[in-house]
Amino acid sequence: MITLDQIKHIAKLARLGLREDEIIKFQKDLSLILDYIEKLKEIDISNIEPTSHSIKVENVIRKDELKDEDIETKNQLIEMAPNKKNRYIKVRSIL
Amino acid sequence: MELTGLTIKNIHEGIKRKDFSVLELTQQYLKKIEENEKNIKAFLTLNSENALSQAKIIDERIRKNEKISILAGIPCAIKDNILVKGVRCTAGSKILENYVAPYDATVIKKLKSEGCVILGKTNLDEFAMGSSTENSAFGPTKNPHDITRVPGGSSGGSAAAVAAEMCLFSLGSDTGGSIRQPASFCGVVGLKPTYGAVSRYGLIAFASSLDQIGPITKTVEDTEIVFEAIKGKDLLDSTSVESEIENQKLKIENLRIGVPKEYFIKGIDKGVEKIIRLAIKKYTDLGVKIEEINLPHAEYALPCYYIIAPSEASANLARYDGIKYGYSISNNPTIQQSNNLIDVYLESREDGFGDEVRRRIMLGTYALSAGYYDAYYLRAQKVRTLIKEDFELAFKKVDVILTPVTPTVAFKIGEKISDPLQMYLSDIFTVSVNLAGLPAVSLPCGKIGNLPVGLQIIGKPFHEFEILEIAKIFEENN
Repeated sequence: MITLDQIKHIAKLARLGLREDEIIKFQKDLSLILDYIEKLKEIDISNIEPTSHSIKVENVIRKDELKDEDIETKNQLIEMAPNKKNRYIKVRSIL
Repeated sequence: MELTGLTIKNIHEGIKRKDFSVLELTQQYLKKIEENEKNIKAFLTLNSENALSQAKIIDERIRKNEKISILAGIPCAIKDNILVKGVRCTAGSKILENYVAPYDATVIKKLKSEGCVILGKTNLDEFAMGSSTENSAFGPTKNPHDITRVPGGSSGGSAAAVAAEMCLFSLGSDTGGSIRQPASFCGVVGLKPTYGAVSRYGLIAFASSLDQIGPITKTVEDTEIVFEAIKGKDLLDSTSVESEIENQKLKIENLRIGVPKEYFIKGIDKGVEKIIRLAIKKYTDLGVKIEEINLPHAEYALPCYYIIAPSEASANLARYDGIKYGYSISNNPTIQQSNNLIDVYLESREDGFGDEVRRRIMLGTYALSAGYYDAYYLRAQKVRTLIKEDFELAFKKVDVILTPVTPTVAFKIGEKISDPLQMYLSDIFTVSVNLAGLPAVSLPCGKIGNLPVGLQIIGKPFHEFEILEIAKIFEENN
């Protein structure tokens, strides 16, 4: 069973706020799911290579060149920021 | 003249002969949406004005006797995690409630260049995480065959819209069954292409090594037409591939079909099993050789998926931070203003994401965190290798594999929503296909009462046309 402290720790890593009652609910839900996933321990995986993609994927390289967008699209992107001043996106101070 | 319910080819011929106009066709579909939407709730956003003006453009081209493509003027609906420039795209989430797509997904660019008429954006489980559309922040879609039941998910809106004649075809996305399972529940055809066959550029990412976009239609032929239009390598998606496999004519007497015994286990509904067995028998009756095969790691596919998909999701969903776009507490005057940047993150994501999305982010973060990576994520990736090898071995003996799509027919709204694990089990027959990156189609093959049952046909990588040909054999003889 995953502990309440672990739940709080993971939530912080994941940048997710959780209310007190939710911490208990998530503890129950995640424990059930993790118990189910334990099933994977039945398999001998020594000498097995991991698969990240079903097809062969390779790094694709291109020149790092600026591609200009029209001003409308640029404005739209700025417009979508929740908090802004002129053409700048406003962020709370970190320090 | 009743135009909804025809196939793409019928419509194409009709508009070329000027039997009816694309405008009339579009208006009929919009009327159908108006009639059916109050019960079904398949759409999140309607695109009526754009659709009507696009229809007029195609009509004008026909009037000038210009050559038009087979999809020109065809009314379609798009799952609301695929970007259509200038149209709201929510991914079924409160966090993107007011997000307007700044560009077209590659599949949309392709459909637009064919001249398709986009009627609207369809409902889904939030960020495509779910099997019923009940996880949509905007309420569930209802199954057109029985409105007390779910349409499946996550592409439930797309499947229900096709089933209720509210569009001629739709696009969905499939990460663990999200095209095939709703297609099965709604009695329509749904194709999950091979990983890499269709560009994912402009698809809101859930689990990037599993996600694929695919068509949902009434007939196999329509699926083939739409797939042909959207597939291909795209410079904007480095994992996309141009397939070099030719569309060969099938010889029924040479065909070998495999049936894995691991898919007929306890937990599968007796009625569903009976209908699937009858569908398999139909192929036998036509002279196809059926072989029992083994996929020994089948039972590990679901737990493997529930490590890999949430892990990738936890990374992909980190971008929703309340800063760049989407819901944020930083501009909500009713919420006490936080002083710290971290509080903006924590509170925006707490309010913006629903329960299932947060569960999966938590699960993925846990599986990837220091001390647990080897035990969970790396182990799951190794099990993924074994699942993939099972299929490779099976495909040395057989051309395609037949299985049920789901263990049951569409369940009741509310039946599984409070038990995440029960909900996950409805994808037990579909997830291994995503882990192995294979193409698979869900084909209606019978009904229990009013409720459709789907047959899954799984093929070798990039053999979409083969599984569709085999699906046609069933469709033509049913």
